[in-house]
Amino acid sequence: MGTDRPYLFQYGDWISGFLAGDLGLSYAYRAPVSEFLATALLNSLKLSLVAFLMVVPLGILVGVIAALQRDRAIDRVISVVGLSASIVPEFVSGIILILIFGVSLRWFPISATWPTGAGFFTQIYYLILPSVPLVLILFGYIARMTRAGMIEALDAEYTRTAILKGLSYPQVIWRHVLRNALLPTISVIATQTVYLIGGLVVIEILFHYQGIGSLIFTAAQKRDFPMLQAGVMVVGALFVATTLLADLIYAALNPRIRLSSQ
Amino acid sequence: MMTDDNVRAETIRNKKERRNLYRIIGSYTFCIGAAIVLFWVLCAIFGRMLVPFDPFADDMLNSLSPPSTEHWFGTDQLGRDVFSRVIAGARDILTIAPLATLISAVVGTALGLVMGYSGGVVDEVTSRIVDAVLALPTVIVALLALTALGTSIVAVLFVIGFTFAPIIARTVRASVLTERGLDYVSAAKLRRESSLYIMFFEILPNIIPPIVVETTVRLGYAIFTVATLSFIGFGIQPPSPDWGLSISTNYGLIGGGYWWTVVFDSLAIASLVIGVNLMADGIQSVLND
Repeated sequence: MGTDRPYLFQYGDWISGFLAGDLGLSYAYRAPVSEFLATALLNSLKLSLVAFLMVVPLGILVGVIAALQRDRAIDRVISVVGLSASIVPEFVSGIILILIFGVSLRWFPISATWPTGAGFFTQIYYLILPSVPLVLILFGYIARMTRAGMIEALDAEYTRTAILKGLSYPQVIWRHVLRNALLPTISVIATQTVYLIGGLVVIEILFHYQGIGSLIFTAAQKRDFPMLQAGVMVVGALFVATTLLADLIYAALNPRIRLSSQ
Repeated sequence: MMTDDNVRAETIRNKKERRNLYRIIGSYTFCIGAAIVLFWVLCAIFGRMLVPFDPFADDMLNSLSPPSTEHWFGTDQLGRDVFSRVIAGARDILTIAPLATLISAVVGTALGLVMGYSGGVVDEVTSRIVDAVLALPTVIVALLALTALGTSIVAVLFVIGFTFAPIIARTVRASVLTERGLDYVSAAKLRRESSLYIMFFEILPNIIPPIVVETTVRLGYAIFTVATLSFIGFGIQPPSPDWGLSISTNYGLIGGGYWWTVVFDSLAIASLVIGVNLMADGIQSVLND
C-alpha cells in the first residue's frame, strides 16, 4: 500500500488520484471508496434537504415576527428560545424527540432507514424526526439574521418613502423590506451548512442512517484512512461549493453587485 | 507617568465597568443561567460525597428498575443508581469544557492581537488559515485529529482548544482593527513602546468586553462538543458517569421503554448548555450597549 513512503509523497499520490476521480480503496471493505461515498452523499443530501425545507421558511417567518414585534416580549422570547435551541447538542434533542414522538406517541419511526423500495413520501416521512434536531440548531441563527436584516430595512429611508407614497403595509414589507432583509440571511444559511454536516454525524448515528456523517464516523472508528480522508475532503468541498453558490445567489438578488459588473 | 487626565480616564473606566457588572448581575437571563450553572458546578465539586449511592457500584439484581422511592431516577443496565450518576456526571464535562475554552481564549486572543495589530502579510496568511479551519465542522476535525492522535482527554482538550481559537481570534482581530487607529495607540507608538507592550498592555485591556462575550459563548459550544464527542465514543471514556457517555451506552434501550436511563442525562446536558447560554446572553446584552 506504500505506507512506508514519506507522508508527503503518500499525500501527493492521494491528492492527484482524488483530482482524477480515484479515491482509492477502503481498508475496511476492500472496495473502491467512491461507491460508498456516492450513496452516503445522496442519503445525507436527502436528510439535509428535508431539514432545510423545514428550517428556512420557519426561521425567516420567526425572524420577521421578531422584527415586527421588536423589543416586545415576543421578540425577547424568540431570541432566548432560538439561542437556547441552537446550543443543545443534536443527540440530546434527538433522544428527547425519539422518546416523545417515537416511543411514547408512536407517530414516527425511531430509525431513519426506510424499508427497501419505499416511495418518495415514505422516505420523507422517515426523515422528518431526524431533521428536527438539525432544524432546532439552525433556526435560531436564521431567525436572528432575518430579524437584524428586517430591522435595518425597516429603519431605512426607502421604507419611509414607500410608506409615504401610500403603499399598503403588507406591500411595503413584502416588496421593499423583506427583499433587502433576506440578503444577509442567504450567506448565513450557506455558512451554516457546514455545521449542519457536523450535526449529521451525530444524527445519522442516533437514527441508524447511512449517510456521509456515519460514513466518516465508521471510517474513524475502523481507522479506515482512505475512506476518512475522502469523506472529509468531500465535506470541505461541499462547504466551498455552498459558499460559492450563496455568493452567486447573493449577486443575482442584489442589483448593486449585479449591475456593477456590467 | 500618570497625568491627571489619565487618572480621570481610569476612574471613569472603572466606574463604567462596575456599573456594567451591576447591570449584568441584575439581568434576569443572566441570573437564571448562573443559578443553573452554579447548581451543576456544586454537583461537580461535592456531588460524589452527597449522592445516596456509589455511582460506580453495580447491582445486577436490580438492573433496569424504573424510578422508585429508593432509586429516584431508576437504575441502568448494570443496576447503577441513575440519580447518583447524573449528579456525579457533572464533574468530567465541567472540568474538560472550561479548560478547553481557556486554551482557546488564550491562543485565540494572542493570535487575534497579532493578526489585527501587524496587518499586511501576517494578517493575510493567518486569516486564510483561520478560514480553512472554519471550513470544517468541529466534530469532523475532532474525529480526524482523535483518530490520528488516539483518544485521550488531553487530545480532546487540544482539539477543542485549537478549533475554537480561530473563532475567538477573528473576533479579537476585528476589535483590534478599530482600536489600532485610536489616539492612545499612536501615543504609545510615539513613546516608542514595543509592539508587544502595545498589544498586550494598551489594546488588550480595552477589548476585554468582546473577549468575555465570545469566551462565554464558546464555553457553551465546548460543553456541546465534549458531550457530542463522548456520545460518539471519542471523548470521555468509561466508567465515568459522564452524561454523553451514559446516553451513548443506554440509548439502544429506549425502544424497549427504558426511558429513565437516558432522559435525565439528556435534561442535564440541555440545562447546562442553556444555563451557560443564558449567562452569555445576559453579559452580551449589557456589554454591547
